[in-house]
Amino acid sequence: MLRKTLILLGILAWGLAQAASDQVHEFHLENGMKILVKEDHRAPVMVAQVWYKVGSSYENNGITGISHVLEHMMFKGTEKHGPGEFSRIIAENGGRENAFTGQDYTAYFQTMEKSRMPISFELEADRMRNLTLPAEEFEKEVRVVMEERRLRTEDKPRSLTHEQFQATAFVSSPYHNPVIGWMNDLENLTVEDLKPWYARWYAPNNATLVVVGDVDPDEVYKLAKKYFGPLKPSKIKPIKPRKEMKQRGLRKVIVKAPAKLPYLTMGYKVPVLMTAEQDWEPYALEVLANVLDGSDSARFPRELVRKQQIAAGLDAGYDLYARQSDLFTIAATPSEGKSVDEVKKAIFEQLERVKNEPVTEEELARIKAQVVASKVYELDSVFYQAMQLGMLETVGLGWKTLDEYPERVRAVTPTQIQAVARKYLVEDGLTIGVLDPQPMDQPELAKKHAVKNNKQGS
Amino acid sequence: MKRMQKTFSVLVVSIALAFVSLPGLARQATDSNHSIDIVSWQTSNGARVLYVYAPQLPMVDVRVVFDAGSARDDGKPGLASMTNSMLELGAGKWDTNALAEQFDNVGASFSSSAARDMAIVQLRSLTDKPILDVALAAFRAVINAPRFDADELERIRRQTLIALKSQQQSPGTIASKAFYKALYGKHPYATPTIGTVDSVKQISRDDLKAFYREYYVASNAVIAIVGDLDKAAARELVEDIIGKLPKGEKAAALPPVKPLTTSRVINKPHPSTQTHILVGQPGMKRGDPDYFALYVGNHILGGSGFGSRIMEEIREKRGLAYSSYSYFSPMRQDGPFVMGLQTKNDKRAEALALLDKTLREFIEEGPTRKELDHALKNITGGFPLRIDSNKDIASYIAMIGFYDLPLDYLNTFNANVEAVTIEKIKDAFSRRIHPDRLLTVQVGADLDGD
Repeated sequence: MLRKTLILLGILAWGLAQAASDQVHEFHLENGMKILVKEDHRAPVMVAQVWYKVGSSYENNGITGISHVLEHMMFKGTEKHGPGEFSRIIAENGGRENAFTGQDYTAYFQTMEKSRMPISFELEADRMRNLTLPAEEFEKEVRVVMEERRLRTEDKPRSLTHEQFQATAFVSSPYHNPVIGWMNDLENLTVEDLKPWYARWYAPNNATLVVVGDVDPDEVYKLAKKYFGPLKPSKIKPIKPRKEMKQRGLRKVIVKAPAKLPYLTMGYKVPVLMTAEQDWEPYALEVLANVLDGSDSARFPRELVRKQQIAAGLDAGYDLYARQSDLFTIAATPSEGKSVDEVKKAIFEQLERVKNEPVTEEELARIKAQVVASKVYELDSVFYQAMQLGMLETVGLGWKTLDEYPERVRAVTPTQIQAVARKYLVEDGLTIGVLDPQPMDQPELAKKHAVKNNKQGS
Repeated sequence: MKRMQKTFSVLVVSIALAFVSLPGLARQATDSNHSIDIVSWQTSNGARVLYVYAPQLPMVDVRVVFDAGSARDDGKPGLASMTNSMLELGAGKWDTNALAEQFDNVGASFSSSAARDMAIVQLRSLTDKPILDVALAAFRAVINAPRFDADELERIRRQTLIALKSQQQSPGTIASKAFYKALYGKHPYATPTIGTVDSVKQISRDDLKAFYREYYVASNAVIAIVGDLDKAAARELVEDIIGKLPKGEKAAALPPVKPLTTSRVINKPHPSTQTHILVGQPGMKRGDPDYFALYVGNHILGGSGFGSRIMEEIREKRGLAYSSYSYFSPMRQDGPFVMGLQTKNDKRAEALALLDKTLREFIEEGPTRKELDHALKNITGGFPLRIDSNKDIASYIAMIGFYDLPLDYLNTFNANVEAVTIEKIKDAFSRRIHPDRLLTVQVGADLDGD
């Protein structure tokens, strides 16, 4: 049964890969802006996303979080449209909008009924160059961001641990800094810091417009030319490489925070598609992550959660599309009565196994079947399709990388998986973070904590 | 595939505020004639089926919903959830590992979940027959022949206890649990779906089997199918997965929810930098006669993110919170009406006073003409977005079937929204929402516990 199914999947995958490359239309404006369009006529909707090459990995010390704060300020008005107008107009047209900032990109999007596309273009073009950045709006918005940081990080013991872990793993790489920024940097950020940052990065030659939906590619191009075409490009100096220094031995960080459960996070230095000398290696790491934790039948849930019952939850993570060399991460919550050390030992045993024994053909076939199916499933979301194109273009890989994925994953061999495991999952490239839970319910402790934190950001 | 989705989730910090749109709210038919054609029938053993043909992608979504949520726990909090979790942990001839492999071999994605009203079992698969057959065989076993193995039960029990511990370090979850507990008192909605420590420790294999036998029956099931299968194939699929279930009986009606008689404040000390605040009361049911007036009114009050009154007062004017909102969560019986935010501890009094003031003003004065026009345009103009994926459609039609809403619910939604007036909103809010009988829950540092 298994074999027969896989053959069928193989045929299907080939057909899909063919279909995919036919579907993306690429256009360029004279001012350097790139436009990607993909048709999806299932529903009368379209998503427009504007992606900028800027994010926390472009920032230097002292102004961490500035890209994300600027993202918030992009809703605070231009000469033509006052604060909040952007959102009001989109809402009045039945649209959904938002934005997100990552390490390597900042993106804005509107999902709307298809005939409203020009509204989205006009507003995005306007705020690409004409933001007013009023000081009084900034003062309020930076407080909102500090509340966001409290919500997402300060009051979440695992997020706190992750942040410290990341800062320990990376010393000279900008991946050292959290996307949302350090609290003290947010407290001292000014609107004057934002102005040059905006002028530097928000320009058509630093942006990609992605449209997916019930649209005609030539029509999209014409409209884009009309609205974005007149914008002046900027001179953008390439950023410095800021490569991570060579790690020379195991790094550890312990985070003490009020919590009920311990938590372990581990990360090995690994290359990504942008940085790999051997371009099969990231795909082998990708498959390796799936061997360990791609689905319920993968090794971590099977061996560590269900059989040994040493971890209550376990995750392996790897992002082959990062802009800079990154981490292969493993995070775990020990089962009741198990220690962080026991979990760590069990994880190491699994990693030794992938180094010493080839992955079985059956496991590999299963992962490949899942890749093929997920390529179909992701077509159910116009947003996700646009997101993949925009992200690949913005980190510098180019959207065509997406079409290569099934083929490249299929080409990965058990020997290659073993090779990357042996080469990269080594102690000298490892960082370990541990959450050491502190009492939560002592009133004195709660009071002390509250007073201290109330001083922050006021 | 689990990992591919993760690539995006980790690094992204988004600007805003989950648009707290009510789970399964309405969608509107617009000028664009995008309507949804639902075909419905009963299986031979009495289950209700809702089906939408979507041939554009070679895949199918099957969502089976049982009236077997935690409202059916009957004094054993966690029972519904644990029963639901155990379905995929060994069924028919397969143990847990073999079942997972069966789905994964063909890239099918299986999931199950329980909430207060619904227990959901769902499958997404490619529709190539040899692939779909493999996925369906496993899916059929999960629904018809779960084993409830004793050792798997013990593992799930330990995992649930860990999850309960983990919730104690989340101020948001602590607040939400305290809110439901105080709001619903002795009503079955009061206890958390995940259960309580005492109860989870005691649930037995016999409890699970009895719960499954009573509630996982055809008369108590609604099946939603969306995908590239014609009607005959969909019929065959449903008979295959549900046709052999005993007919059984529809679950009994849940008791009505008692309104609050007085205001009450519950404080939970927690060593966090922010205080999480929830304020509310029992709200409304699915199919409620005031549904559209309350829905549109709430959109203006705090249901639509930027531009809504709560967001303006709390975030836009004062920078007090990242997320601030209000919502109705309509359920079989009155689900909650909630206003919420998180702000640093020394701002909580100010924020709470603003919530109260904003609500009172809204009830007294109602929305302005401009606000109502804006809301109607937003809701009706955004209708096509709500049903632009098979996933969304499956979740809507399952909701329509489960709550016995009319089959033209989606296609008449815009008209129903447009019929809402300022007077109707004022009338509905003043009859239904009572600012002097509100429950307030605060979780944060330096609070005196109750």
